[in-house]
Amino acid sequence: MSARADVIIVGAGIVGAACAAECARSGLKTLVLERGPVGGGATAAGMGHLVVMDDSPAQFRLTEYSRRLWRELADELPADVEFDPCGTLWVAADDSELVEVRRKGAFYREQGVRVETLDACGLAEAEPNLRQGLVGGLRVVDDAVLYPPRAAQFLLQRGAGAGALEVRTGVEAVSLDADGSVALADGSRIHGGLVVNAAGCAAPSLSPGLPVRPRKGHLVITERHPRFARHQIVELGYLKSAHAMAADSVAFNLQPRKTGQMLIGSSRQFDVADTAVEHAILERMLRRAFEYLPGLSRLTALRCWAGHRPATPDKLPLIGPARPGGRVWLATGHEGLGITTSLGTGRLLADQILGRTPGIPVEPYLPARLEKGGARHG
Amino acid sequence: MGDHVTISVNGRPLTVPAGALLSVVLAQAGITRFRRSVHGEARGPLCGMGVCFECRVCVNGQPHCRSCLTLCEPGMEVCTDD
Repeated sequence: MSARADVIIVGAGIVGAACAAECARSGLKTLVLERGPVGGGATAAGMGHLVVMDDSPAQFRLTEYSRRLWRELADELPADVEFDPCGTLWVAADDSELVEVRRKGAFYREQGVRVETLDACGLAEAEPNLRQGLVGGLRVVDDAVLYPPRAAQFLLQRGAGAGALEVRTGVEAVSLDADGSVALADGSRIHGGLVVNAAGCAAPSLSPGLPVRPRKGHLVITERHPRFARHQIVELGYLKSAHAMAADSVAFNLQPRKTGQMLIGSSRQFDVADTAVEHAILERMLRRAFEYLPGLSRLTALRCWAGHRPATPDKLPLIGPARPGGRVWLATGHEGLGITTSLGTGRLLADQILGRTPGIPVEPYLPARLEKGGARHG
Repeated sequence: MGDHVTISVNGRPLTVPAGALLSVVLAQAGITRFRRSVHGEARGPLCGMGVCFECRVCVNGQPHCRSCLTLCEPGMEVCTDD
């Protein structure tokens, strides 16, 4: 790319890739800088669950909107993105969780999200390997799974096919400046119209003071056991685990891959800087999974690993200018929902840059919301 | 004949020396595809010592058993991906 880029995006995780693709497809000259490979950070470490969540109205709107964008894209996704519309099965272990299943089901139905409420028999029929004694569940029909690193590559290819998009990997940004330029580790500087910090957990190193904290998570992948599980299966207690901001927590969350392999999660820990596998929390996580799917304990695991989710204090991502009117923008802080919300993020970012009317209100995701009581950043 | 046992391989009975290695008796029975790779290619024993995981078969309903570490027992039901 010889001419100056309209938009420089720092970070080629799935969020940066989605932002770049939207910008390029909207006619903006777009340059992506990535210090590692495409989709090599949280994008590679996570599960790849496209899921509607409703911890808050804003989270619901962004996940639902994004999942719709994924469904629109589904026919274009190459086979190696491994898109599988298997749906999500939320599992209730007791009557209080059943109350939550009903609430969630009623809310989703009212919002036009396809769901099926299952009693104990329906749940056993949907997933015969779940243990006896579970009281019911909620099937979210149009949720899906995919393989995120390949999806990130595909989004970049698709963007490059439709507009001016250049991706430079192995290029490390060290600071972002208010004039829309980026200083690189090799001492050079690239100037753009504006620069987007989409660096995930590394975002605070480029935008000092940014309230994004790494939240560690572990995953295990099994050998191929086709048809052992048919849905992404999540315990309703997951919501408590994901929502609690303090203690380490685990929750049962299992994802069948198209190959028949299964990803087993999940764990959440703040303030652990490294991504080493920790056996104590791994054991807690697996014990939790075996409580729900006892047969899992007889299967073979191939590998376990850990990664970091970029978490914000209010559980919503940062999408928009770091300071109103500024040339440094943010697209980070997606915690565990970045695969789902990447497409919505890219669309809302491009809408803001180009002054288009966004498909959903952007205010809940604007970085400025965190300025009120907190430190400035950008 | 010494001490022999009968196992079942893909539904067919096979009489083998008691305690023989499953990988060996399968190979001697002419089985060339113990399992399939994720892309459907044939796979069979390589290392013969439990490291490479290429010789996995289903034993008594349990998938992914390494046949090179499995001794034949009377009545054992074995399924390969032939």
